[in-house]
Amino acid sequence: MQEGTVLEMRGICKAFPGVRALHNVDFTLRAGEVHALMGENGAGKSTLIKVLTAVYTKDAGEIRVAGAPVHFKSPQEAQDGGVGTVYQEVTLCPNITVAENLFIGRGKSPFIKWKGMNAGAKAILDSLGIPAMPGQQLSSCSLAVQQMIAIARAVDMDCKILVLDEPTSSLDEDEVKKLFSLMRDLKARGVAILFVTHFLDQVYEVSDRITVLRGGELVGEYVAKDLPQYELVSKMMGKALEDIDEIKNTQAAMESGEEYLFEAEGLASSAGISPFDFHIRKGEVNGFTGLLGSGRSESVRAIFAADKVTGGAVKVKGKRVKIDKPIKAMKQGIGYLPEDRKADGIIADLSVRDNIILALQVMKGFLRPFSKAEAQAFADEYIAALNIKTASADTPVGSLSGGNQQKVILARWLLTHPDYLILDEPTRGIDIGTKVEIQKLVLRLASEGMGVTFISSEIEEMLRTCSRLIVMKDRHIVGELAGEQLTQDDVMRTIAKGGRADA
Amino acid sequence: MTKLKENRVPLSNANLLFIIAAVILLVMYLFAIALFPESFTQPQTFFDLFNNNAALIILACGMSVVMIGGGIDISVGGVCGLVTMSCAVFLQSAGADVGRSVLLALAIGLAFGALQGFLIAYLEIQPFIITLAGMFLANGVMTIVNSTPIRVELPAFVALFETKLKIAWLGTVNRHGMFIPCKISISMLIAVGVIVAVALLLKWSRFGRNLYAVGGNAQSALMLGINVKRTRFLSYLLCGLLSGIAGYAFLLTTAAGNVGNASGFEMKAIAASIIGGTMLTGGVGNILGSPIGALSLLTINEIIRAAGIDSNIQTIISGFLLCFFIVLQSVIIWLRDRSGGFKLQRPPWLKASLRTRDGEAP
Repeated sequence: MQEGTVLEMRGICKAFPGVRALHNVDFTLRAGEVHALMGENGAGKSTLIKVLTAVYTKDAGEIRVAGAPVHFKSPQEAQDGGVGTVYQEVTLCPNITVAENLFIGRGKSPFIKWKGMNAGAKAILDSLGIPAMPGQQLSSCSLAVQQMIAIARAVDMDCKILVLDEPTSSLDEDEVKKLFSLMRDLKARGVAILFVTHFLDQVYEVSDRITVLRGGELVGEYVAKDLPQYELVSKMMGKALEDIDEIKNTQAAMESGEEYLFEAEGLASSAGISPFDFHIRKGEVNGFTGLLGSGRSESVRAIFAADKVTGGAVKVKGKRVKIDKPIKAMKQGIGYLPEDRKADGIIADLSVRDNIILALQVMKGFLRPFSKAEAQAFADEYIAALNIKTASADTPVGSLSGGNQQKVILARWLLTHPDYLILDEPTRGIDIGTKVEIQKLVLRLASEGMGVTFISSEIEEMLRTCSRLIVMKDRHIVGELAGEQLTQDDVMRTIAKGGRADA
Repeated sequence: MTKLKENRVPLSNANLLFIIAAVILLVMYLFAIALFPESFTQPQTFFDLFNNNAALIILACGMSVVMIGGGIDISVGGVCGLVTMSCAVFLQSAGADVGRSVLLALAIGLAFGALQGFLIAYLEIQPFIITLAGMFLANGVMTIVNSTPIRVELPAFVALFETKLKIAWLGTVNRHGMFIPCKISISMLIAVGVIVAVALLLKWSRFGRNLYAVGGNAQSALMLGINVKRTRFLSYLLCGLLSGIAGYAFLLTTAAGNVGNASGFEMKAIAASIIGGTMLTGGVGNILGSPIGALSLLTINEIIRAAGIDSNIQTIISGFLLCFFIVLQSVIIWLRDRSGGFKLQRPPWLKASLRTRDGEAP
């Protein structure tokens, strides 16, 4: 064992039904370092963390803390064993005081000694420079301070290993700075920090080492300052520069003469993306690309007004319109297939037929329902057209496979005959055959004059379907690629180089 | 900035709601005095609210406990009625004594609390359903125990029932110039004792603080190492115990068992808890708020009754007022959360005058 190693994970394997989430992953954490765990969506980062903190049980492999093998049975046990975890969502209780959050659930005394507790809390808060008072209700603190309090609790419980799972995703820049200085402070005290984030710049700001995972496998462990950002991106996306297989866009480049379907200027939403300009022409397939968390979903959500629109002007077919609610976007002929089909898309207990006619019914108004025969005709037409594999139109959507559920939502939007369709990760979690079918469908729709905006975590898929790519990084648009530039190499270079538009 | 922050801890939502509740009660009581000075200025009128409604106040206290933990208990009225009837029947039977009747009351309350708490906390069944079933069960058992009105005539109990504590220094002078001291019943003493005990429990015990955490966010509470199931179980157990005590307090105010005993009290208790600043969403509340809420509710009824309004209209007005207070609370909480920094502050002119008076540098 190396000097100073506090955590060793060797040959970790974890499988879920049908998915190999982790395969033979090694991970080493040393005392007093900040170690970033990087990878795209589905790379296995959170699975690895959850194996470590005993939220999941590993299928194979060995975990050693300070040299001794450990077998945690619960997150609580992991915490007692010196592995403190702070999750993306603050896992403290908002309705009780800061001091209580630091000390509740610890100790054995059946009574509370408020004075002692508050004094203890004050000492911890002061020593870590956290701007909060012990007697303050937690919900009156900012999110960053709440995160820090969660960290302080973990540190005070004598953790040698601190796991930070995307702690910065809901913080603004100032708050991130405060958090980072706290992390550096802890590092100086010899705490080993495992840090997960999607923001590339943040990784380089605080991390000493970077471990990259891809598709559940270990890509490698690197010293942060020896790994240029560009190489990191290519390692995460999975193609080294040399062997990039140039995939030509099958779609003919769009003639620039076609009319604009949709234009936006300075569009901003409550989701925290910087205002952006955007347009799409008739028959065009374009896409927002960037790493997960770069703001690509937030951008299309702003177009559809799925998040609260806070600024900017939009034109549909050259006419100024106001889109502040999804229903208005729908009435302007815009369809949106959301990223999380479970949360935002399908209604699992309703039948395939009812799910398909849902959007059209909303536009028509609920007081004028479709007759059963009409609904059945619509459903049958699209079940056939999209090759949806279902026992009948009456089957509840929840019992279909992921790919077929996705097709049902697609059918729902196609039925409204939109001029402009937004597809956010339509192919995630579905089998390769259905993926290709959906890609083909997208291209066919475009050739019929529809405008399509396509988002996917798989860059190959984007390159294959889109004629223009808008590249995002850290919630800003950092570039736009079209024609000859549509290569994986260019996308990665744009992401790696891309600075802030306003910096 | 930091300095200013160190000086003042922002008011928590629970305390803010409590203050609102207290102000509401005060305003309402002043309103009552303004309308009917001859009755409401008598201290005894206020004490009678307590004397006659000790059971409701105790039930509201128990209700607040489960609501703070994020639950609800619909059975409290039913259990209270069952206890009253059972104890009345027991006291009328041969060889009964007061001590054992108290034990019976506590046992029935604890049994209901334990059973419901177990089903809700450990088997994770919806509290509303379980306690609704508990209410039906309690009502059913009560009619089986006895369905005709029954008066308790055991001398020891009657003596207890008639015992009134006199406050020598507080009272009114009647028409003939005679001083009548204020009287406090045993049931009121029990209610006050319960409130103090439960308030201390929630503030100073590990269980009490865990209960707030569980009600605020059960998932987080679990991650913080709290035994969520046990905490929930204990909250229902405590509520059951308090229902038992409330049943006995009810008997001490009526000295009779009746099928209609404490019927509908569960809803009144919920209303009292909410007016008192306990939120149905859990995690927010103050035990001292529940008697205040109950007294607010009772004051409304007293005003309406004193005004001689038809009893049918009475409930309508109570409903509207309840609704009004809840909306008021929500609006205040909403304003506070929206602005992020809505705080109770002295107006500038008052601040200035205080400063000059204290001789503090501005």
